[in-house]
Amino acid sequence: MERRPRSFYLLAAVFGLFVLFLYGPIVTIGILSFQGPQGGLTFPMNGVSLHWFRDLFEQQAVGDIWGAFRRSFGLGLMVMVTTVVISVLAGLAFRKRFAGSAILFYAAITSLVIPSILISLGVGLIFNQLGLKVHWATSGFGAQLTWTLPFGLLIMFAVFNRFDRSYEEAARDQGATAWQTIRHVVLPIIAPSLIGVALFGFTLSYDEFARTLLTAGSYNTLPLEIFGMTTNVTTPVIYALGTLTTAFSLAIIGLFLLCAWILGKRRARLGSDAGKGI
Amino acid sequence: MSRHRHLIGWVQAAPLAAILLAFLVAPIVMIVIVSFWGATEFSIYPAFKFDNYEFLFGSSVTYRVFGATLKYALITWALTLVIGFTVAYFLAFHVRSLTMQIALFLVCTIPFWTSNIIRMISWIPFLGRNGIANQTLISWGVIDEPLDWLLYSDFSVILAFVHLYTLFMVVPIFNTMMRIDKSLLEAARDAGASGVQTLVHVIIPLTKPGIMIGTIFVVTLVMGDFITVRFMSGSQRANVGRLISNDIALLQYPSAAATAVVLLCTVLIVIAILLRFVNIRKEL
Repeated sequence: MERRPRSFYLLAAVFGLFVLFLYGPIVTIGILSFQGPQGGLTFPMNGVSLHWFRDLFEQQAVGDIWGAFRRSFGLGLMVMVTTVVISVLAGLAFRKRFAGSAILFYAAITSLVIPSILISLGVGLIFNQLGLKVHWATSGFGAQLTWTLPFGLLIMFAVFNRFDRSYEEAARDQGATAWQTIRHVVLPIIAPSLIGVALFGFTLSYDEFARTLLTAGSYNTLPLEIFGMTTNVTTPVIYALGTLTTAFSLAIIGLFLLCAWILGKRRARLGSDAGKGI
Repeated sequence: MSRHRHLIGWVQAAPLAAILLAFLVAPIVMIVIVSFWGATEFSIYPAFKFDNYEFLFGSSVTYRVFGATLKYALITWALTLVIGFTVAYFLAFHVRSLTMQIALFLVCTIPFWTSNIIRMISWIPFLGRNGIANQTLISWGVIDEPLDWLLYSDFSVILAFVHLYTLFMVVPIFNTMMRIDKSLLEAARDAGASGVQTLVHVIIPLTKPGIMIGTIFVVTLVMGDFITVRFMSGSQRANVGRLISNDIALLQYPSAAATAVVLLCTVLIVIAILLRFVNIRKEL
């Protein structure tokens, strides 16, 4: 191995600073959420306690945090499942050119880059004029899908661009029907990537704010609830909440990554070594 | 056979098309329609008049706010590009093992899957009047008085944008860099190119598609934002998104819709210009 050039150390330092920039603030509020009961919004620490976390679990003066959490969690699961199913189907569709595929592709890209407030406003207006009530599980659900589906679709493009079609041909040569080919060959091969799509679907929904703002109705999701708190809560209780939900997000991310890793290991262990030589 | 192929494609793509039709196309159409409507203090009524647009284009506030929005987009773009490119370059060309590359790449992407609101809130203990930044600078003797412009200013708004969106530069640039054939770099070196020459004449041109995709993400996210500006400026700065959300709060939907139409057109023009430089589908 050749010696590392001097630029390596310079760039490594820049990278280190970037990581500090990314994580420093969130670590800080993690620490500050353990403020003592008299502590304020910044350092110095006024003692160490679980006071602000306890506050979250008691009867709250503001809002309905746990209700909001349950709704966000439920909505996240709904969006996750829908995103995975629809992205896979659309990914399969885009493998063959069908009439109108270009338009659909550009629609998906538009969905990604359109200012979120337009979705929020437009969906809100439509429900309003149709005389329907906006609700997180209907209008909010649809509005969030316009954000998660393009990501799912782009991941599926990346997956199928790298997909070796000879597996499918082999299955077909052995007499598999189109459905059997998808069920027993294509899906198992792309399964680890689907974990990625699911991760995007859940986390992007769980943290989504702008597109849910006017479409969630009278029952807030968690990000809306937290944003409401920022205007009228001036104690570290908001840090405690931020720390808890970030910890929850990290746990979810860890869970998904672990699944992907286990799946990869399992595949390496059980896979055939045919064609690899001795 | 060909008809059959189209049919299967349509069936598979139908759910995506249906969702986009109902929650993307229909809302845009609705906004365009409502932008010609009229409003009283409490309600909106169908009409076909250009009052909303006349008011919008007749007000100097509009031009100032659009100017501010473009300024935020431009500065954030420049900063995220420099930082994102440097980080991606380090990951792609200086980290040698694939496992390490993936691990460090994940470290960069994990914040993307956490809450933006929380990440904004987390700057408060840093930037406030008695925050960590001021305390540190005073204890070092750099300044005597706390700096007031750290929080609730253009500075904090742009800082938050860079914090939230640099990732959207890192990922596509890293992706294109990883596909650069390493033998090209060797060839450049064998031909006598210095490190800087290789960077300028080989790596940057080959990374352009990734840069363009990152640019589209960052520019559109910043131009469409309304919450970062509101929160990080303590409601003291404005951009187009806030103009819209203020109208919404006042139930002036037609006026909000007109502003939204102009914003959408601006964003689409910017993207159309950027797309001349890149073919997205080839790059995935």
